[in-house]
Amino acid sequence: MQVFNFAKPLDFMRLKWAAVVLSAVLVLASFTSIAINGINWGLDFTGGTVIEVGFAKPADLAAVRQTLTDAGYEDAVVQLFGTSRDVLIRIPLRPDIAQAEVGDTVLQALNSQQADSVTMRRVEFVGPSVGEELKQDGGLAMLMALLGILAYVAMRFEWRLSVGAVAALTHDVILTLGLFSLLQLEFDLTVLAAILALIGYSINDTIVVFDRIRESFRKLRETTVAETINDAITSTLNRTVITSLTTMLVLVVLFYMGGALIHGFATALLFGIAVGTYSSIYVASAIAEILGISREDMLPPPPVDKEGEDIDAL
Amino acid sequence: MLNKNPAWRYVLVIGMLLLALVYALPNLYPEDPALNISATRGGTVAEQTRLQLEQSFRAANIAAKSVVLEEGQILARFNSTEDQLQAREIASQQLGTNFVTALNLAPATPGWLTAIGATPMNLGLDLRGGVHFLLAVDMKAALDKNLNDMVQTFRADLREDQIRYRNVQADISRGQVQITFRSTEDLTAAEAALKKRDRELVFSTGSDNQTLLVTLSENRLKEIREYALEQNITIIRNRVNEIGVAEPLVQRQGADRIVVQLPGVQDTAQAKEILGATASLEFRLVDTDGDLAAALEGRVPPNSELYYSRDGRPVLLEKRIMLTGDHITGASSGYDEYSRPQVNIKLDAKGGSLLSASTKDTIGRRMASVFIEYKPGTEIDVDGNPVLIKQQEVINDATIQARLGRDFVITGISSPAEAQNLATLLRAGALIAPIQIIEERTIGPSLGKENIELGITAIQWGMVVVLLFMAVYYKAFGMVANIALVANLVLLVGVMSLIPGATLTLPGMAGIVLTVGMAVDANVLIFERIREELLEGRSVQQAIHHGYDRAFATIADSNITTLLVALVLFGIGTGPVKGFAVTLAIGILTSIFTAVVGTRLLVNLIWGGRRVQSLPI
Repeated sequence: MQVFNFAKPLDFMRLKWAAVVLSAVLVLASFTSIAINGINWGLDFTGGTVIEVGFAKPADLAAVRQTLTDAGYEDAVVQLFGTSRDVLIRIPLRPDIAQAEVGDTVLQALNSQQADSVTMRRVEFVGPSVGEELKQDGGLAMLMALLGILAYVAMRFEWRLSVGAVAALTHDVILTLGLFSLLQLEFDLTVLAAILALIGYSINDTIVVFDRIRESFRKLRETTVAETINDAITSTLNRTVITSLTTMLVLVVLFYMGGALIHGFATALLFGIAVGTYSSIYVASAIAEILGISREDMLPPPPVDKEGEDIDAL
Repeated sequence: MLNKNPAWRYVLVIGMLLLALVYALPNLYPEDPALNISATRGGTVAEQTRLQLEQSFRAANIAAKSVVLEEGQILARFNSTEDQLQAREIASQQLGTNFVTALNLAPATPGWLTAIGATPMNLGLDLRGGVHFLLAVDMKAALDKNLNDMVQTFRADLREDQIRYRNVQADISRGQVQITFRSTEDLTAAEAALKKRDRELVFSTGSDNQTLLVTLSENRLKEIREYALEQNITIIRNRVNEIGVAEPLVQRQGADRIVVQLPGVQDTAQAKEILGATASLEFRLVDTDGDLAAALEGRVPPNSELYYSRDGRPVLLEKRIMLTGDHITGASSGYDEYSRPQVNIKLDAKGGSLLSASTKDTIGRRMASVFIEYKPGTEIDVDGNPVLIKQQEVINDATIQARLGRDFVITGISSPAEAQNLATLLRAGALIAPIQIIEERTIGPSLGKENIELGITAIQWGMVVVLLFMAVYYKAFGMVANIALVANLVLLVGVMSLIPGATLTLPGMAGIVLTVGMAVDANVLIFERIREELLEGRSVQQAIHHGYDRAFATIADSNITTLLVALVLFGIGTGPVKGFAVTLAIGILTSIFTAVVGTRLLVNLIWGGRRVQSLPI
C-alpha cells in the first residue's frame, strides 16, 4: 500500500511564488492579529492566581461568582474547565491584596458560603516578576533553538538551506502564535513547550527534504535546480505525509483524551505540524532556490555514507 | 548477498531490552499509602516505639501491611488512605511533639527489584499532588540592615579612635553611608582609621570635602547576598523537616530564589505559616539563687521563668532579657587553640554595647541562649489547621568568663556537630533577609491521580492508533516496526526509572505520546527507502542493506536538531516543562536505537538469511 506513486516528479517549484505570497500573507495576518488582539497570555506569564475547584454535582457558576464578589474579588473570571463539575477561577494581580493568600481565602469563602463543599483541585499563584521573567526566558529559548538549528544546518548542509530552514521554522512559529491570537486561546507554559517541540519536529521534515536535495544534486547531473528540488520533494513525499499523519493521529488522541490541561499543548502541535509539513516543502526549499542554490554548492560531498557504516558495525 | 548478523549482536540487544524491562517493572506496582515517622532534632526512633505503634494500630483495628524500622525511621504501610489518615491521628497523639509523622506514598516494589536498585519513576508534583513554592529572598532588606549596622559600627569606631564627626547616616537609596566632618583633616584621619579596621570598605569624598562616602566592595556585597540566601535555605530546610513531609525538596535557584517542593501536602495555609514563621533568640541570665525544685512544683520565683533545655533538663532563667537575637550579625562554628569546638558570635554595634553593659557586673554567672520557634501542634483550630505552638528551649548555657563585646565565643561544646548546629540555630534566630512567596502551585491529590489516568489512556490509545496504521500500511514490515515501538516504550520507561534526576510530569506524558507518534518516523524513512531501492531494480537483500544505510544519515541529522531543541527546553524550563524536555530527549535516543538497530536485526533475521523474491512491505 502506498499513498503516492508518481511516475514523474511533481513540479512543486512551479508554485513557489504562489507559496511565498501565501506564506507572506499568512505571516502578515498573524502579525496583524497579534497587534490587534494581542496574545491571551496565561497565568504563567501574566501573574495572578488560578484556582480549580471540583463540585460534587454540576456547578452553579452564578452562585460562585456571587460568592467571590462578596469576598471582594469582583474581578474574578469564573468558567467551567473540562467538565461541568470543574470550575476555574482566575484572579488577576492586584497591588492592594496579599497575593500569596488569595488561594486560601477564596477556598475558604467557597467552602463556607456554598451549599455543597468544594474540593481543591489546583491552586496556582504566580507573582508579577516571575511572569515577566518567563516571557523573557521563553523568547530567549526560541531564539537559541532557532540559532542552534541555523548553525547546525549551515554546518551540515549549506547556508542557503540553513536560511530556508530557519525561515520555515520562524514561519511555523509565527503562524501558530497567530492562531492562538486569533482564537484567543490561552498561551501558557505548556504551549511554549509545544512551540519549542514544534521547532524540533518541523525541522525533521525540512532536513529529510534537504538530505534528498543534496543526494539528488549528486545523482541527477542533467537537470535544472528546480527539477532536482522537485525530484527530492516528490521522492520524500510519502514519508513526509505518513510521518505527519502518525504524529497528528497521536496528537488528536492527546487532544481528546489528555484532559483540559493539555489542550493548548495539543492544539499548538496539531496546527504547527500541519503548517510545518507545508512549510518544509514550500518555504524552506523555495527560499533556498530563490537564494540561488546550485549544484556546485553541494560539492564536495560531506562523508555521509560513512555514518551508515558506523551503525552497521553496531 | 545475504544480510546476516552475528549472534552476539542479538544477545546484546535482547539483553539491553530485558534489562530495561526489569528496571521498568517497578512502575507496575501500585504505591501503598504509608506513614513516615522520624524523630525531631536529631533524636532517635527506638524499636520499642515501633512495637508500641504496632500495638496501637491493632487496638484501633487498623490493618497495617507492615511497620518497619529502617534508617532511623519507621515506615508503616496501609491498605487504604482512610487507614493511613486514621493511623496518623493515633501516631501523633501517641508520640507527641518529639516525633514527626508524615503522610507518604511508599512504592510497593518487591524486594528483589529494590535489591538491584530498580525503583519506579519519580513523579512530578502535577502527578502526585503537593505544593511547589518559589521563594524570593529580600536582598534589599539584607543590604539595608547591613547599612544600618555600618552606621552603628562607624559611630562606635570613630568615638573609640577619638575622631570628631558631625553626623553619620545611611543613604539607603544610594547604598552608602555618609559621614560628615567639621574639617578635612578629620575626614582623612577617619578614612585611614576605618580602612584599617575593614579592608572591604570603599571610600570616596563628597563635593564639599567634608563628607566621607562609604560603600561596600562588590566582593562584600556578594558575600552578604550569599549569606542571606544560605541562611534562609538552612532555616527552611530545618522547618520543612519538621512539617513532616516525605521527600521534601529545598533547592537554591539562581541568585536569590529558593524552590521548595512538598509532595503530598494539601494544606498550603499551614505550609506557608511554617515557612514564613519567624524564629527568635534571646540571651538571659541563669537564676542560680532560685529554688529549682520549688519552681518545678509550680512556685517559680517572681523575677524568673522556668525553661527546659533540649535534653529536657529544667533551667531557671531571669525574666530580664540581656540581648535579643536580631543583634546577631554572624555565628559560625570553629575551634579554640586546644582544638575544642566553639561557636564564634558577631554582634552589631548596638548589640555589642548592650551586651558589654549587661555583662560588666555579671562575670562568673551563667548566660543561657533561648531559641523560640513556632511549630504546628496536634490541636486543630476552627479552620482545621493545626494550632501553632510557641516552643522555647534553652539551646546552650555557658559561664560568662569576661566582659563581652561585639565578638565573643561560646566554648565547652561537646562536639563539632553540636557547635555547627548551635551556630545554625543562632543564625536562624536572626533572620537577616525576609522571604516572600512569588510562585505557588498546589495540585490536589484527586487531580494528580486523574492526570496520571488521562496520561496513561492517551499513551495507550496513541499506541493503538499508530500500531494499527503501521500494520495496515507496511504489512509484515509494519509489524516489525510495531515490535520496535513497543520495545521503545519499555526502554524509555526503563531509562526514565533508572536516571535518578528524571521526573515524569503531565507534559512529560504528553511527550511520551508524541514520541510514540514520531518514533515510527525512522522506520517510515527506512521502509520508504527500501521500497525505492526495490523499484529501482535492486535485489531484495541489496534493497534492505542500502535502505538502512542511506536512511541513517537522514535520521541522525533530523534527530540531532530535535535533541538540540530538547536541550534548550531543559535549560529554560521549570518543573513540568523540564520533565517534558527530559522525556523528549530520552525518547529520541531510545527510538533511534529501537527503530534503526532493533528493526534491522529483526528484518535480517526474518528476511536477510535466505533468498527471497519479494518483500511484504
